Amino acid sequence: MSSSLELSELVEEATETADGRRLGVLFWVCVGWLALNLLAAILANVLPLENPLTQNYNAINAGPSLHHLFGTDDLGRDIFSRVVFGSRVSIEAGLGSMVIGFGVGAPLGMLAAYRRGRFDQVLTVLMYVVLAFPAIIATIAILSFWTPRTLLKIIVVIGVAAIPLVYRVIRTATLAVATQDFVVAAKVQGASDTRILVRELLPNVAPIAVSFLLIGVATVVTLEGSLAFLGLSVAPPTPSWGNMINESRTILQLNPWLALFPSAAMCLFLLSLNFIGDRLRTHFDVSEGKL
Amino acid sequence: MARYLARRLITLVGIVIIISIGAFYLIHLLPGDPATVILGTGDSPQNRARLYAQLGLNRPIIEQYFVWMKNVLHGNLGTSFISQVPVWTTIRAALPIDLEMIVLSQILSFAVAIPLAMSSAKRPDSWFDRFLGAFSFTMLSIPAFILVVVLVLVVAIKLAIPHTGVSSYVPLTQDWVTNLESMALPSVVLAIGSVTVYYRVLRSDLIATLQQEYITLARSKGISQRRILWRHALRPSSVALLGTAGVNIGGLLAGGFIVQYLLDIPGLGYTLVNSIGLSDYLVVQGIVLVVSVGVIVINFVFDFFITLVDPRIARE
Repeated sequence: MSSSLELSELVEEATETADGRRLGVLFWVCVGWLALNLLAAILANVLPLENPLTQNYNAINAGPSLHHLFGTDDLGRDIFSRVVFGSRVSIEAGLGSMVIGFGVGAPLGMLAAYRRGRFDQVLTVLMYVVLAFPAIIATIAILSFWTPRTLLKIIVVIGVAAIPLVYRVIRTATLAVATQDFVVAAKVQGASDTRILVRELLPNVAPIAVSFLLIGVATVVTLEGSLAFLGLSVAPPTPSWGNMINESRTILQLNPWLALFPSAAMCLFLLSLNFIGDRLRTHFDVSEGKL
Repeated sequence: MARYLARRLITLVGIVIIISIGAFYLIHLLPGDPATVILGTGDSPQNRARLYAQLGLNRPIIEQYFVWMKNVLHGNLGTSFISQVPVWTTIRAALPIDLEMIVLSQILSFAVAIPLAMSSAKRPDSWFDRFLGAFSFTMLSIPAFILVVVLVLVVAIKLAIPHTGVSSYVPLTQDWVTNLESMALPSVVLAIGSVTVYYRVLRSDLIATLQQEYITLARSKGISQRRILWRHALRPSSVALLGTAGVNIGGLLAGGFIVQYLLDIPGLGYTLVNSIGLSDYLVVQGIVLVVSVGVIVINFVFDFFITLVDPRIARE
């Protein structure tokens, strides 16, 4: 009786893993797209691309052709090349600020959830207070008065603003794991705090962290775009997706390609990040996976 | 309930105080002489003397905060050294526009998101549900500034619908019909962002609620699907929705600047961006303070709504 029950449970578990919790084709398409973007951004100097800053007055606002795959802008610069080079700003800003946000926020969040007590209380109140401050406005205010602007400053400001958000997510995720039996068992066996944090808690928190990291990168890419519209992103003529979309606004009717390609590049990039992040979250979240 | 709200209110006051310190010391985070930053292009000996007197810049930094705070509590956020207009006057002119934009977009969002979430939750995994899921996900990934650019191109330029383009804002007090027309596009852009979030949150909670036994009981009593959804399932499913709405509306107040800026709507966000361009520090500081406090108050109000929907939360 008991063995048949166990067996049915096992079968149920197996089928759930087999069809209910697969990542799906679209997931891998998105991963591929991101990989392609990343590769192109890294290899942009080596690839046979036109110089994104070279102005060609014989081909101004030209439509897409074999010569210029995405056409040219109002200064005759190759849009395809600018979209590829522009991805660097978005990717650097996204990854850079998340490195800062996670580098500080994640260890603190895990430690606070594991230690609890006074340390947790003080840190959590502090983080919630910082969170109450509208990060977007603070970012704009600081960037606008902190001149001259560089990509590094943008990354630092956004990264610091991300710390309390990361802290909150990681702390909540760790809390859910820290009270489970296997952690208690490890403690009883006399495992050191470092060992429990790294070997027991980290592997369980990592999936949530990765999915949040991807969504975080997407948010920063959007933010860079918003900053570009305010003239607070990297200075022209350096291409960035935000800069390009912003520059296209004034000649929207004349040259819609100029708005279309960087917008599409940005949307597809964001869509991939969000989709992968969301899939990973549901994939590892058993309670929601059951629904 | 009263005790819960009182406790929340005390935390709220505490956070507001800390935020005011943050907004005040913002200037000291920046490199350079604060007076030079504050005065910006209005840097003249007379203005410099006025500034020193007004902010007590000769005094210790802690005393400066109290001087500033006393003024703020009296509704005095300083007078801009660039436009010579009191900061509070500028904010009072802009704030109603933000509120109108938020109210319009939220009415629109709830009116669309709630029925859609219900239709989806009624039959999860149906083609309709899958389509909406994919569609909302796509919309979630389109930044507001791209939506604005596309909508202006299609609605205002190609379709040439009047009062929808850039710089077509008309104040509510001047002509409310034209005002609503000019607010339609920005409200729709903000609503699109909100609908996708609300739809996803409410849908998943409704699905969970509809699996409860009391819903099965209601069904077996022969109560109509519509009545079950609206009268039995919506309220217990809306705790997370209200929490999300609170955060989201706060986000609109802080993040609506890009829509206002692109469409030339003179709300707080637009004023903020302009003031930054003019290096009008006092206006920036005033807006940061007002928006921060606004975000916190909105969150508090929605926490209160949540306790109305589910009083157990307050008793805990």
